[in-house]
Amino acid sequence: MAIIERSITSTEALVSATPSSSLGALKRPVATTGWKSWLFTVDHKKLGIMYSATALFFFIVGGIEAVLIRLQLAAPNGKVLNADLYNQMFTMHATTMVFLFVMPMAAGLANYFIPLQIGARDVAFPRINAFSFWALLFGGIFLNLSWFLGGAADGGWFMYAPNSGPIFSPSHGIDFWILGLQLAGIASLAGAVNLITTVLNMRAPGMKLMRMPIFTWMQLVVQFLLLFAVPVITVALFLLSFQRNFGATFFDVSAGADPLLWQHLFWIFGHPEVYILILPSFGIISEVLPVFSRKPLFGYPFVVFSGAAIGFVGWGVWAHHMFASGLGPVSVAVFSISTMAIAVPTGVKIVNWTMTIWGGKLQFTVAMKFAVGLIVLFTIGGLSGVTHSVAPSDTQQTDTYYIVAHFHYVLFGGAVFGLFSGFYYWWPKVFGKLLNEKLGTWNFWMMVIGMNMTFGPMHILGLQGQPRRMYQWTEARAGEGFFNLAFWNRFASIGSLVLTTGVLLFLINVVITARNGKVAPLDPWDARSLEWMTSNPPKEHNFDSIPTVSHLDEFFHRKYEEDANGQMVKVKTAEQIMKELEDNADAHIHMPSPSYWPIVLAAGLPVIAFGVIYSIPIAIFGGVIVLFGAYGWAIEPSTAPDDDFDPPATTKDVVHVG
Amino acid sequence: MTSDSHADGGAHSSTGLSNNKLGMWLFLGSECLLFGGLISTYMLYRGRVGAGPRPSQVFDIPFTSVSSFVLLMSSLTMVLAVSAAHKGDDRNTYLWVTITALLGATFVGGQVYEFTAFYHEGMGFTTSLFSSSFFVLTGFHGVHVTVGIIMLMSIVGIMKRSKVPGSKAETVEMIGLYWHFVDIIWIIIFTLIYLIPA
Repeated sequence: MAIIERSITSTEALVSATPSSSLGALKRPVATTGWKSWLFTVDHKKLGIMYSATALFFFIVGGIEAVLIRLQLAAPNGKVLNADLYNQMFTMHATTMVFLFVMPMAAGLANYFIPLQIGARDVAFPRINAFSFWALLFGGIFLNLSWFLGGAADGGWFMYAPNSGPIFSPSHGIDFWILGLQLAGIASLAGAVNLITTVLNMRAPGMKLMRMPIFTWMQLVVQFLLLFAVPVITVALFLLSFQRNFGATFFDVSAGADPLLWQHLFWIFGHPEVYILILPSFGIISEVLPVFSRKPLFGYPFVVFSGAAIGFVGWGVWAHHMFASGLGPVSVAVFSISTMAIAVPTGVKIVNWTMTIWGGKLQFTVAMKFAVGLIVLFTIGGLSGVTHSVAPSDTQQTDTYYIVAHFHYVLFGGAVFGLFSGFYYWWPKVFGKLLNEKLGTWNFWMMVIGMNMTFGPMHILGLQGQPRRMYQWTEARAGEGFFNLAFWNRFASIGSLVLTTGVLLFLINVVITARNGKVAPLDPWDARSLEWMTSNPPKEHNFDSIPTVSHLDEFFHRKYEEDANGQMVKVKTAEQIMKELEDNADAHIHMPSPSYWPIVLAAGLPVIAFGVIYSIPIAIFGGVIVLFGAYGWAIEPSTAPDDDFDPPATTKDVVHVG
Repeated sequence: MTSDSHADGGAHSSTGLSNNKLGMWLFLGSECLLFGGLISTYMLYRGRVGAGPRPSQVFDIPFTSVSSFVLLMSSLTMVLAVSAAHKGDDRNTYLWVTITALLGATFVGGQVYEFTAFYHEGMGFTTSLFSSSFFVLTGFHGVHVTVGIIMLMSIVGIMKRSKVPGSKAETVEMIGLYWHFVDIIWIIIFTLIYLIPA
């Protein structure tokens, strides 16, 4: 953001200079505090926090939608929502949770922690990073504006043809959905290019690929999946857009089209997407489990390569979402087998985590509890997932609540539990305060109980044949005995309230911690990886001097050494290691400068999207904004040149970042 | 005390490629899947002409071959532009970049002419699944060429007016990567659409 100058002798004398002029049409923003410092920032840590805050907001939105769905199904002949609104509710619940909660939350954590974990001072393209965030935020808002402009999308999150056509869904809801997802897709794509380049190019000296923290590894796989999956749904969304707005017939059976084209394009994106959602959480708990087991991760290379294997095989299983569509026996057999095969690398991970815990000195902090919770709950969801690979069985379960049960176990029990584990683990790093462990324990147990109460009975409901997306049930058709649909629907609805209480406890915990939380010590968990070799929260330039890495778990190996008996003993404290870094601090660190252009460029996108729906002149105006932003961007250097500073910075000994 | 520049993404990256170039390669990798999806759609629908004209009835292969040749030649002039940029020869850089843009514009002009001709022969965007997927695939490619032309013309304008952030040669080279990619995609599209009979 600025040139940070420190006198060589004293670490106290830290002068922060800011650029005063710019080549762009506008002068560079210079605020380092206040809202402007957030609006125009290119700092990966600020953007990481903004990503996560946005995701948390949409988590609440998606959660409210979920509760409304369960309230509707809590009693026979539910009257909370009408059929149309119910369709919109489950469509937007899924869309919000997938695209606006789990993905941005993982992106937020990746933004914040990848540079810290690889010993970098920022990402490769700081302005593109800011642009990604704003595109995502505007896309999310745009998507949800449909609620107020004639109704939201109502075709289910996979928006199958012909239901998504103009005849079956005449409102603008699906148009908002298409364009909102296009914006989120642009954000994901730009983010993927940025983070892959960061990981491949900007690692600290000595940080070989096989010394990278496992969270960074899993995120690298995720970013590659995004890089190749996003363009496929982009195509599908364009085709649907042309059908709805310009009279094409790509998915219109009456015009001779093949509706399976949509299903193929959607799931070629959609199945890698599943791993995009879960792998970040796998990465998080692979960091958390070793720290709280006081053991290194068991079989680090296996965890890395099984993650990469999931990344590859994940491309060859998409049609298992389409067994009921009449693909033909050869396709069904091939995709059945590949689906069974992908359970192997996932199983490898579960074995590795279990072996990591085995014989460790376990500390059941809340982060650890969520991590163990993930192993158990994800395994349940994984097993029901394998039952789907058996095509005859899957044909029975297609479009029933059994599927709903399965993907909530893997996504809530898996992805969300992993993210919560990450919240409790990294909170002190980001905010310098520890989340309350006691309240966190309540948070954890309410979520575990609530999620099992909500999604567990859905296995029974589904195997009994209750269809997914059914908006009402009646007492007369609920049946009797243990498998009574009425009882289990009520039970699940009560469970959803327990689950909501659990999430509310987390939010309360956040507020309490912000007000009077315990200030975190430098290294609260005795952690292992490089992000903990910084202050809490990290300085603007992350590291006073870039560490040279010689081990996997570098921070641990700086603190501990083997004694004569082969026992690891602590030889240095985190404070001493930090002091060493400070003593060798780089004299001048030249950070990327804040910029107006990312938010200007991103702001043009929703304007174009509005124009596509309502009137082309608006779209042209949006295009002009984008072009203006692009030119401003192109002629403004990412890092302000030295003569832009007042007084001019000394070029001697300046370390450039990004 | 120590001032090391390892954090500098440009000169001392772990892969040896600069951030900008690696980023462009990744983006182009992603673009392969975009065109992959569009090409698959076209291949699925190319025989479904409904009541509209068949491909062989509208395609003017000699005309399109000439405009394809023009586009391929623009890759040659792009190479010359990059080479001049690396030598620091501004005059020739501007010259070759401008010629590349003009050749690209000739191709896009030919495409506009071709689209108009098809329309008058009764093949509009919504005539049949074949026509819709044809126009979407070639249209997306045309938009990519147009974006390339805008970038080429902009870089000349910006370079002449003021200083460009970063290395001039690298900026030209990056646009060159994009330009060659768009040309290669056209070779595939031209072969699949025009040369292989449905």
